[in-house]
Amino acid sequence: MTRRKHNQTARTIRIIASWIVAIVVFFPILWMLLTSFKSELDAFSMPPHFFFTPTLENYEQILARANYLHYAWNSIVTAGGATILGMIVAVPAAYAFAYHPTLKTKNILLWMLSTKMLPSVGVLVPIYLICRDLNMLDSKTALIIIFALINLPIMVWMIYTYFRDIPYDILEAARMDGASTGQTMFRVLIPVSRGGLASTALLCLILSWNEAFWSLNLTTASAAPLTALVASFSSPEGLFWAKLSAVSTLACAPILVLGWLSQRQLVRGLTFGAVK
Amino acid sequence: MSARIRKRPERLLAQPAIIMLLVWMIVPLAMTLYFSTQYYNLLYPGKSAFVGLENFAYFFTYPSFWTSILNTIILVGSVLVVTVVGGVLISVLVDETFPGQGIVRMLLISPFFIMPTVAALVWKNLLMNPVSGFLAWVWKLFGATPVNWFADWPLFSIITVVSWEWLPFAILIFVTALQSLDREQMEAARMDGARGFAIFRYLTLPHLARPIAVVVMVEAIFLLNIFAEIFVTTNGGPGDATTNVPYLVYTQALLEFDVGAASAGGLVAVVLANIMAVFLIRLIGKSLTEKT
Repeated sequence: MTRRKHNQTARTIRIIASWIVAIVVFFPILWMLLTSFKSELDAFSMPPHFFFTPTLENYEQILARANYLHYAWNSIVTAGGATILGMIVAVPAAYAFAYHPTLKTKNILLWMLSTKMLPSVGVLVPIYLICRDLNMLDSKTALIIIFALINLPIMVWMIYTYFRDIPYDILEAARMDGASTGQTMFRVLIPVSRGGLASTALLCLILSWNEAFWSLNLTTASAAPLTALVASFSSPEGLFWAKLSAVSTLACAPILVLGWLSQRQLVRGLTFGAVK
Repeated sequence: MSARIRKRPERLLAQPAIIMLLVWMIVPLAMTLYFSTQYYNLLYPGKSAFVGLENFAYFFTYPSFWTSILNTIILVGSVLVVTVVGGVLISVLVDETFPGQGIVRMLLISPFFIMPTVAALVWKNLLMNPVSGFLAWVWKLFGATPVNWFADWPLFSIITVVSWEWLPFAILIFVTALQSLDREQMEAARMDGARGFAIFRYLTLPHLARPIAVVVMVEAIFLLNIFAEIFVTTNGGPGDATTNVPYLVYTQALLEFDVGAASAGGLVAVVLANIMAVFLIRLIGKSLTEKT
């Protein structure tokens, strides 16, 4: 009886502790969201105002003056373009690796993984110069290609692990019915593994959306995505906290929601299939 | 025989991915290697010349270089310790089902999806500002003098921000891994009178061994590349207090336009990363052979 009571208390403490930890971890995001609805004056006030008259003024100004939509569009085009390009290249590759492996397949997969470990700074100078010479500095095309390339290893791996879970018999059956490779891939394999493919695309989208090294170094204005717009608020004359919060909230909200929806599936991609 | 011929064209499907990655890796790396032996400054484009290992000599005798290596190691090491230890404890804490568990987990993994520039600026301005940041208020609440985080504890501040971004990743992986822990075994251990800590030490921790290894390696890849957080908050300063290798290479390349020196620095970063990579490839390669 007392043992049971003891367990009950322990459980309650544990639940409360879980909630406290979760709220502490989430607090910066919550605070950003709150600040985005404050006036600039409220945002700076000390002690901080927990209750205030909410205003949409920041959002209106961001949309009107900071040219938010221009940057948002760049983010959508670069992240979306990189995802599409990446999928087009990664799906056939994963198909070949999963169903027609050679002796070298394992080594090729590991080599692909190793390219992910090449630090970006190691190739910053040549990529910068190549882009300059091709007139691709500050161009969305350059970002699309680079984002697709840096995520390609993860995508191939992730799709490969999904394909490997699909029994080859299904494909063989389609083959018996006289389907070509293309038909097997589009009519059988892709529909069967659409869940896995969708989470792969989502992971690429999230990583590209949040990528900041190349987008900060290779863009200035016309191709600059949201990461760069937010970075422009770091200059001393740009210290408008409420507006910074509004811009940040708009920039992060869509990806945060996508992340929540797909958390479990992301694990596989982020660990290269080592944890499912 | 015919089966073999039929299979061949399908193997070609992997070629675009392989070729693209090969070009992406070999061409720039070869250029970096070449530039690192050249005197080449974008401000004086006509004057490039072969200088052998002079760029490396310049880098190795440049005081900020060793600071940047040390800063990189401290940054990567501290964030790894904080996220792995914190991640294990938190994921064990939220492992048992309770009301609102789904929401708690959602809140816990949220920071991972916040872009680095946002994370860094929100922490610097809204939370850690010494005059009107939230933490300054908390400090005053307890009668302490607010700390000027980014000026007095710059590297610590960067570590805090980056740890906050990567803790959710560790939690996400560990929570998922814990779901495959054998519950019956755990019940049996409990029946035999094993207490909480013993279960953690002899059941949970061994089960998490591989996920921990994976988290360490994957995080290491990304942490070696930390750039945006430094770029928008401290600009590597004060002095070179928060300059890591990526940031140092950036200053050489795009602020001083010294292509040769930047390339030498970039190669150092590649070597650093390769040391990590050897371990990761082994680890993941093992998991690949286990299953097939």
